[in-house]
Amino acid sequence: MVLSKQAKMDLTGYAFIAPNLVGFFLFTIFPVFFSLVISFTDWDFTQGVTAIHFNYGHNFLEIWKDKWFLDSLRNTFTYSFTTVPLTIFLAMVLAVVVDQTSAGKGPVRLMLLMPYISNIVAVSIVWVMMYAPFGPFTQLVQFLGWKTPPLWLADYNWAMPALIIMTIWGGLGYAVLIYTAAIQTLSQDLYEAADIDGAGAVRKFFDITVPLLSPTTFFLLVTYFITSFQVFAQIQVMTRGGPGTSTNVLVYYVYTTAFTFYRMGYAAAISWILFLILFAITIFQWKGQKKWVNY
Amino acid sequence: MGQLLRKNVKTAVATAFVWLLALTMIVPFIWMLSASLKLPGEVMELPIRWFPKHFHWENYGVIWNIGHLAPRDYHFPLAYFNSLKIAFINMGGCIVTSALAGYAFAKIPFRGRDAVFLLYLATMMIPSQVTLIPKFVIFDRMHILGTHLTLILPGLVTITGTFLMKQYFMQVPNELRESATIDGASELHTWFRIMLPLAKPMMASLALLVFLWNWNNYLEPLVFLQSWRTYTITVALGSFIDESLTEYNLIMAASVSALLPVFVVFIAGQQYLVKGLTAGAVKG
Repeated sequence: MVLSKQAKMDLTGYAFIAPNLVGFFLFTIFPVFFSLVISFTDWDFTQGVTAIHFNYGHNFLEIWKDKWFLDSLRNTFTYSFTTVPLTIFLAMVLAVVVDQTSAGKGPVRLMLLMPYISNIVAVSIVWVMMYAPFGPFTQLVQFLGWKTPPLWLADYNWAMPALIIMTIWGGLGYAVLIYTAAIQTLSQDLYEAADIDGAGAVRKFFDITVPLLSPTTFFLLVTYFITSFQVFAQIQVMTRGGPGTSTNVLVYYVYTTAFTFYRMGYAAAISWILFLILFAITIFQWKGQKKWVNY
Repeated sequence: MGQLLRKNVKTAVATAFVWLLALTMIVPFIWMLSASLKLPGEVMELPIRWFPKHFHWENYGVIWNIGHLAPRDYHFPLAYFNSLKIAFINMGGCIVTSALAGYAFAKIPFRGRDAVFLLYLATMMIPSQVTLIPKFVIFDRMHILGTHLTLILPGLVTITGTFLMKQYFMQVPNELRESATIDGASELHTWFRIMLPLAKPMMASLALLVFLWNWNNYLEPLVFLQSWRTYTITVALGSFIDESLTEYNLIMAASVSALLPVFVVFIAGQQYLVKGLTAGAVKG
């Protein structure tokens, strides 16, 4: 049998992607569908496979009466809608300032990026110490005039802000890196025109830099929202969702529901709610970009 | 003249500000290093002594021998070895699968190519937590729960890696492949002899990314591994602080040890890592 040229091409092509495709189907596609099936059951892992019963969407209804879920949902939103805008705004300002400076961009970039690439567990442990009464963060706050700061991670109202501060510190470097790369590609014409018109630095920042960087801002918003909705390690190491439910977030709730209580069906349903939220936010940003992103 | 001077002053102020901020960013690391060389009581001393009175390097000795002294939930040399092993296997595996598929997606016009690639892209937005529970069940059925295979098997293929390699091969001119084909070279030969050497920088970037992903991974090992013998460095660190929350100096020595490979990788391969991190984010 003689194969046609196209058939040969098809064979070669699929042979090349075969190892990749097998892994992709086994550990992404199949689990995704499996997870969807599980989310419509009341499966308790400890009862074995025979104890799988479909409950026809009951999980997705029950969830809205679950105080723990609602708390974790609210906390995740609070966390994401503070860390993401703050990180991205600070990073943009910082990238512009770094661009203005003369020397040491390499070392500065290195120092800013260090928290981002560091082992998240080690970094979380360090921040537990930073927030201790004898830790540098508490000391700094006292030095700045706040004589009796809270016990941060042990305080119901301050544990979440403490996590937010730590996350901004950790995420800043990547956004600065991306903005710095984008700034290099900006044309200088508009800035020169603005100089002739006598525009100040702040004016130039808001009227030229911010609009010109909007495609990068869009990219960062999408990626940072996706990452921050999946926050887990900081919570697991630093607060375990506490005190109370003050820092319980969606992924941490999925984790405890599935692997402490083995309620697989219910946990899978929560993970799908997480996906739906991410999907909605990304679509919303995608639709909204026409209004503010300049290509 | 006055204007030039003003500009210089501005630059100097900006430079000073940036340096100050960059230093603030690494204060936690400096404090960690300093605390790791102190006695337990000294860590809590106020005001903070950034430069320890005596360097207690023996803290590191304790950390690195801790598993031998008594059976515990952590054994740092073993956890270190486990993490390195998994990271290196996935590094090799991920580069091979990504370079093969990336090349095919970019250069071989097989039928159904765009549809398959679209499927890859479509799953990028699905958070990994969605597949965590089914993976746990699958691994349990396969009787590999608790082994490193639970981290290695899914780690051999990454969508980001495939995507990065495809992007890279797209930039390679088609003429290279065509002339090799005319000379009678097989596709595999072209890939190996002509394309791979060209893609070395991107493979280096991907290698560093894969190393970091694996070294820093926490959720999967926490869920899939069950005994200290198989723990990776992140899980070992996690159980260490659970049990010894007051031995601050030792905790910090363990954290410094866990960060060291990351810094070595980062400083040695900074340009490749930066390329990998920025690839796909900025047009052009």
